[in-house]
This record gives sequence, C-alpha cells and structure tokens, in this order.
Amino acid sequence: MKTFLVLLRRELDLAWGGGGGPVLGCAFLACVTTLLPLAAGPSLVRLAGFAPGAAWVALALASLLSLERMFERDYEDGALDLLATGPLPLEAVALAKGLAQWSANGLPLAAAAPIAAIALGASSTSALLILACAAIGGLGFAFTGGIGAAVALGARRGGVLIAVIVLPLFAPPVIFGAGAVGNFTAGLPWLGGLGFLSAYSLATLALAPFAMAAAVRNALG
Amino acid sequence: MLTGLAIEGLAVERGARRLFEGVSLTLARGELLTLTGANGAGKTSLLRAVAGFLRPQAGDIRFEGQDAEDARAESLHYLGHQDGLKPARTAWEELCFQAQWCGGTRESAKAAVEALALQPLLDLEIRKLSAGQRRRVALARLIAAPRPLWLLDEPMAPLDAERRSGFGALMAQHLQGSGLILAAAHDPFPVPGRTVQIGASA
Repeated sequence: MKTFLVLLRRELDLAWGGGGGPVLGCAFLACVTTLLPLAAGPSLVRLAGFAPGAAWVALALASLLSLERMFERDYEDGALDLLATGPLPLEAVALAKGLAQWSANGLPLAAAAPIAAIALGASSTSALLILACAAIGGLGFAFTGGIGAAVALGARRGGVLIAVIVLPLFAPPVIFGAGAVGNFTAGLPWLGGLGFLSAYSLATLALAPFAMAAAVRNALG
Repeated sequence: MLTGLAIEGLAVERGARRLFEGVSLTLARGELLTLTGANGAGKTSLLRAVAGFLRPQAGDIRFEGQDAEDARAESLHYLGHQDGLKPARTAWEELCFQAQWCGGTRESAKAAVEALALQPLLDLEIRKLSAGQRRRVALARLIAAPRPLWLLDEPMAPLDAERRSGFGALMAQHLQGSGLILAAAHDPFPVPGRTVQIGASA
C-alpha cells in the first residue's frame, strides 16, 4: 500500500505539473462552449434544448486532450521499464495512472462543466447534478481513455488513434449523463441515468487496469 | 533470495529476423558477465528477455532461489539505454521515487547521493542535466535500492573517464557483496569478469 501511494504521488505530480492537463482541458471546454452558440444561433430557447448534450460532447472531447501523455512519455523515456520491474503489477500502475488522469483532467473539467452548461442555457438548478455527473463520468472517461492510450503506445500519430479508439466507447457515459441532466431539467425521473453512469464508471475502474496492463506488456516486448 | 541465473538455448526474434539462438549462460553470485557483439546482435533483447519484457521464441530463463515473477518484481534492476527520468522533476524527486519504488528508502537514496557524488545536482530539474549527469542519477537507484541482479545496457556510455572508474568501484563493491551483474557493453568494464559474445558466432 505504501508503494502504491508513492507511485500515486508521482503520477499526480506528473499529471498536474508541467503546464499540463487541467488548464488546457478547461480552456478547451471554454472554447467549445463559446463556439456552439455562434454556430447554432443566438436563440436562447433553442440553445437550452441541446445544452446538456452539447456540454457532454464538449466534456468528452476535452477528456481526450491529455490521454496521450498517460503512457507515451513513460514509454519514450524508459520509465515504463522501471515501472514494469517494480513490486506492484502493471495493473496497479495503470490504476494509479487512471486516478491521476481523473484528478488532473476529469475533476477540473467537472468543476467547469456546470459553468459551461449554464452558459449554454441549462437551468442553474441543475448545476449540482451536472457537477456530480461530470465527476462520475470523468472517471469513466479517464479509465476508458487509458485503454486507448495504452493500446496506441508506440504507434505513429498515437493521439489521433486514441481518439478513434476511445470516442465510440464514450457513447454510454454521454448518453446516460446527458439523459440524466436532460430529464432533471424536464422534471422527469433522472436517477436511473445517474445510476447507469455510475455503473459504467465503476466497471471501467475495475476492468480497464487489466486491459491497460496487457496493452503495456505488449508494447514493452 | 536470488542466488543465480541460468539461461539455456535462448532464441529471440525481432520482427521476422532471428537475432540469436542457442545462447546458454550461467551467472552466479559475485559474478560479472559482459555481453558483447555487434550493433543489432541482440544484447539488449537478451537483457529485456531476462527482465521479462520480451518473450523468447525458444529456450529457458531460470532464476535460482526464486521464482521468475518474484525475481522480476523484487530482485533485479533493469537499466536500459534510456534513463527513465522525468524531465520536469528534480533529480532528488526522481531518485527518491525510484529508490522507494524499488524497495529502498529516503535514507538509502541519501547514501546513493554520496556514492555517486550527486549533491550539486539534486535541486536541478532533469531537463537541465547533461547526458552523463542524467545517467549518474539513473545509476544511483542501483545503490539506493539494494537488489541482487543488475541488468545493465551500456551503463557507462555517457560517463567521463573519472565517473567510469567510480562506477567500476561500485560494481566491484556490489560483486563483493554477492551481487550479480549481467551487462551489455562495447568497452570492457574496469572490473574482472567473464565475457560472452552474442550474435553470429554465439
């Protein structure tokens, strides 16, 4: 456990440091949020109709931004060799990397998501639910995205490959998350969507480290 | 406790090319075995196969006194061409992490700082160090986290003459303490040991 904490601290330090994830992700979210009304026209009623959905697509895209750094840098500078000969299995390394990705990318984006959604016309009463959904969905984005990042290791144009692998897998959280927020706004039952979203994220948390570790082993060989 | 390494009839392919086959060697406590051979002969691949990164096409790698999985998790240091250091972190942060990850402590990391004369580099970010200085920080984890088997891939390549003899002394010390060293190199080490040629004539 102590070794895992040592590893987690390093991963958090790397994910947060170096001019990285949080600022860039939130800036990207702000840009998309600004562009959408320009494209869809200024009608507030029309914007409010698709605000939750648009906010979720923006979130999913922003989650892609720092995925490439998750394994690629350790692979290129040889640190992955060190991590692979440590006392903890690569699955634990993948878990630490996923948690760090969530903390440096998912949580800051979740904090920014209600602002983006309200700016697009979502009702301010839904802010708390949007925050919760984005935080929970961000966990799923980080771990599903980690699979793509590990599979794309060593590939040319890995960043694009990650997006192509991962975006289809982002469909369930986008559907559940946007559905929950949309239903809440419309006064319909929304707990089901939130439940499915949580189930998706917990399942990726439990399963994705195994897939990431297998892909990393493959890349090391 | 790892007491020896025995490799029998090892064959490794990269892509469609067979790098070497029928390589057999043994390594006992207190021994240094240097792998030599032309560029591309497979020295690195052999070391990576021992570390468990690469699955050989034929042959057997046996760790004596410990099963392979435990040996790879607890008893060996693999130091490849790259140093495995993060450019944005300081030398001390990286050394501390590497030491603790490999089973050492902050105290043993301090001892490694002494052994490799890293004191003036500790507060500098890795990106600001020269290749030789980075290599010394990477080598420090061998001292900071005691593990019996060292797998070294051209460990002294970026070091100057003085640092080479300094690291030679650390290798000798490790061997005296019943350590094992399997290393790939073009130039001989300043420490007595056996040599095996990999590639065409192996």
